[in-house]
Amino acid sequence: MTPKATILTADEVRRALTRIAHEIIERNKGAENLALIGVHTRGIPLARRLAEKLSTLEGVDVPTGMLDITLYRDDLSEVAQQPIIRETQVPFDLRDRRVILVDDVLYTGRTVRAALDALIDLGRPAGIQLAVLVDRGHRELPIRADYVGKNLPTAATEVVKVKLQETDDVDSVELWDMEALR
Amino acid sequence: MGARPPHLLDFQDWTPERLGAILDNADTMLQVLDRPVKKVPALQGLTVCNAFFENSTRTRTSFELAARRMSADVLTFAAGASSVSKGESLRDTLEVLTSYKVDAYIVRHHAAGAAHLVARYSGKPVINAGDGRRAHPTQALLDAYTIRQEYGSLEGKKIAILGDVRHSRVARSNAELLPKLGAQVVLCGPATLLPPGLARMPGVTLTTDPREAVRGAHAVMALRLQRERMSGGFLGSLQEYADTYQVNDTLLKEAESGAIVLHPGPMNRDLEISSDAADGPQSRILKQVENGQAIRMSVLYHLLVGRN
Repeated sequence: MTPKATILTADEVRRALTRIAHEIIERNKGAENLALIGVHTRGIPLARRLAEKLSTLEGVDVPTGMLDITLYRDDLSEVAQQPIIRETQVPFDLRDRRVILVDDVLYTGRTVRAALDALIDLGRPAGIQLAVLVDRGHRELPIRADYVGKNLPTAATEVVKVKLQETDDVDSVELWDMEALR
Repeated sequence: MGARPPHLLDFQDWTPERLGAILDNADTMLQVLDRPVKKVPALQGLTVCNAFFENSTRTRTSFELAARRMSADVLTFAAGASSVSKGESLRDTLEVLTSYKVDAYIVRHHAAGAAHLVARYSGKPVINAGDGRRAHPTQALLDAYTIRQEYGSLEGKKIAILGDVRHSRVARSNAELLPKLGAQVVLCGPATLLPPGLARMPGVTLTTDPREAVRGAHAVMALRLQRERMSGGFLGSLQEYADTYQVNDTLLKEAESGAIVLHPGPMNRDLEISSDAADGPQSRILKQVENGQAIRMSVLYHLLVGRN
């Protein structure tokens, strides 16, 4: 089985993250008082990579955390299988920090909505921004990303697969036909 | 992990993997309880009925808070203030409650098997919050969780449970659960309060010698002496019982160094447990109460989410 198209190669993923890091610095006038929080699963390594880039570019250690949104999903009463609860770890005070929420793919917006609820229950950040590697459209809620690695118009029958070294031993973004994956 | 049992009545149909998942998720629930907003929307829109046909303070409030922390609506039903006191049967009471569109039942009853009966007729998940002398599974889960918190695992741990084993649903549920998770259980008490049939349970041994029971134990649990059930001549005298079976600092010297002390509550201080042991550095009794809420949140999540 092969993907319909490779959207980003490893080099392109790296460049996209570098560009996002520059945009974060520009928009926030530096990297002071920022925090990066990755949404399980692939948002976490992406947040850590962005933190490394911010450290290299600005000499500032930006704290990172991980967020699981399972208990905040709006479809828990409808799901057929019980979702696995994973770890939430935000080992720093959110007050007065601008938090950048990081995820791999922005699709309907429901994951981001759940993540916003989960985050606000942890404390009261000064602001929340959203960074995603891929925005594939099809929003069901009025949510948009502040930083996007790649805008990718897709059909609802397509699947965007983000692979990262930390979780999949390779960096790439691929577009697949849902039928091919069945 | 095996199929998920529809109810938590006892541990018969529960695999160690499923029980492990409940304990794992309780870690997350404890984190929720430690946050500024101690609530998650996981059970929003669902109604949980707290059906208590027998008096209880800590179990009832713990379940009620657990359900509320998960954003469920809670209907609390206390038999003393209901038509049960006018002679209404359990089944008729249940039909009334069902018409209120309840999504799950938490049942405490003085009769063994009452929670099974509710499970048979309600068509909704049922959690046994204590039925007669038979079972109190969430108490056993919170005990297991408290021990696991201390040692990281129950594998190979020796747990001594001392006291009125005969009348204790907590002892029975622990004897069923802890060996499933890899621990060995020693039940100890006067011969009159130690039903020999319990020795047939896998991973369980019985003894009337408290020093033997506690020797090398990683956790020592004192059971409440149910004085209201002592009219059958089970004991010579309370003083004699306390002199022999009380969990105190002298007895604890036989246990592993740093062994933890547990009690399901409410305690008869200086009868089955000394104040020194109950309040000392080895005591995890208040920790058990805190863990109880997290375990019950986890059980509600496990039984109610992902059914449709």
